[in-house]
Amino acid sequence: MSIKPPVEDFATDWDHTDPAWVANPYPIWDELREKCPVAHTNRYGGGWFPSTYELVSAVANDTDNFTSRTVVIGNGRPGEDAPPAPIGVAPPISSDPPFHHIARRLILPAFSPGVVNTIETFVREYCGKLLDNVSAQEIVNGGSDYAQYIPVAVIRQMLGFPEKDDDLFRHFVHIVLEGIDEPDLEKRIADFEPIRIYIEDQVQDHIDNPRDDLTSYLLNAEIAGSKLLPEHIFGTMILVLVAGIDTTWSGIASSLYHLATNPKDLERLVNEPELMPLAVEEFLRFYSPVTMARLVKEDFDFNGCPMKKDDWLLLGFPAANRDPKAFEDADKFIIDRKINRHVAFGLGIHRCAGSNLARMEMRVAIEEFIKRYPKFTLAAGDADSVTWSQGQVRGARNLPLTITK
Amino acid sequence: MKVVINADACTGQGRCFGIAPELFDFDDLGNGVVKGDGTVTPELVEKARLAEANCPEHAISIEE
Ligand code: HEM
Repeated sequence: MSIKPPVEDFATDWDHTDPAWVANPYPIWDELREKCPVAHTNRYGGGWFPSTYELVSAVANDTDNFTSRTVVIGNGRPGEDAPPAPIGVAPPISSDPPFHHIARRLILPAFSPGVVNTIETFVREYCGKLLDNVSAQEIVNGGSDYAQYIPVAVIRQMLGFPEKDDDLFRHFVHIVLEGIDEPDLEKRIADFEPIRIYIEDQVQDHIDNPRDDLTSYLLNAEIAGSKLLPEHIFGTMILVLVAGIDTTWSGIASSLYHLATNPKDLERLVNEPELMPLAVEEFLRFYSPVTMARLVKEDFDFNGCPMKKDDWLLLGFPAANRDPKAFEDADKFIIDRKINRHVAFGLGIHRCAGSNLARMEMRVAIEEFIKRYPKFTLAAGDADSVTWSQGQVRGARNLPLTITK
Repeated sequence: MKVVINADACTGQGRCFGIAPELFDFDDLGNGVVKGDGTVTPELVEKARLAEANCPEHAISIEE
């Protein structure tokens, strides 16, 4: 990683990887909303950052002027017909209309609430096992002992890969997620090779022994009467890994961070479990894990800003969710907030395809944790050791928790 | 009183059938659908209003 100069003024030189933004972005966004609702930067070859709910919503719904060709900010820009990155083009997240609609329709049934219901028991049992494994520990790491494992096991289970491969699969997932920030293309390809081979083997096994899971679903799926190309199947599998894991891990870990630092909310949730659905929506609003990006398609004027073709647009759903014009007491976490039109799962055609799954995972993971440990705090003197991930997915990573009796 | 979903605006955020499963269901794609003819009985009025007020896509309306 190259060393970048620290940001002095986020209105004219924003950087979402600046340590100040990573540690605590909320005051930065509050100030921008007041002073400069569309901030600019020359970093990354030029980009914009709208911080209000209204403008985030306008961008998300404007697929004429903004493309999803790339949704993760980097230094380079892929050309119109750039070769697929090693992690594969990943429809539907990287697709625009009209193809987007086809690719999205194809995967939605696999993530519908009906399907999600069928794996809730698996998630609950898996969370129980994780908690059993750490039952002798006085300090439990809410991130690295718990949250990080849950979505990996869920995706492995949904894809129908063998349970005994849990560790190997988790290792692959880390390579894929780290690859997103790896600038060296050749290294990315080399790192990726074992994963490609593993997935190909799994796909072959599903061709030989079809079963009721996402892999067989993709193998059977058809677009206009033809089976999907192998690249499309592979790309979709990788997308599910990239989109479904550190996002949900972040959601779970940040929620545990909140409960560890707000004992009244923890107590309420333990005593009033029926609040859980409202609490999950408020966790999603207040600690929104996911920021996306777009590229400007052609020069045009957006809200008085002269946007140029291929400028980045950082689509801050988390910033929208803290806009006081859209939420009463936006800066307060209200565990039973009744009106909460949050956009943590995005807006418009790219609405998170995994939102029902993510919600269920968060709910079950928190329920099981607080059932086992109705009282916990940040490990004494360890407040500084809590770390937050950098980049477009934000969540608590290192989260040492002292379990109190 | 009736609840109505604008199918063109709905993207399947899933808030309506989460808040008011008595009034809303989901289809194969996970998009919201109104149950029956959408009539809201008095005890469900509050839930209907909450579903409307929580839809991020503004896809739900209430016909009085
Ligand atoms: C708390 C957890 C999660 C959050 C906050 C989240 C957030 C988001 C957001 C904001 C988008 C919109 C992307 C855009 O506008 O460009 C998105 C898209 C997507 N998410 Fe999630 N996500 C989560 C979990 C998951 C899970 C568990 C899966 C599946 C296993 C998943 C699969 C997808 C897919 C496939 C898309 C692309 C949809 C499309 O482009 O039509 N996500 N997610």
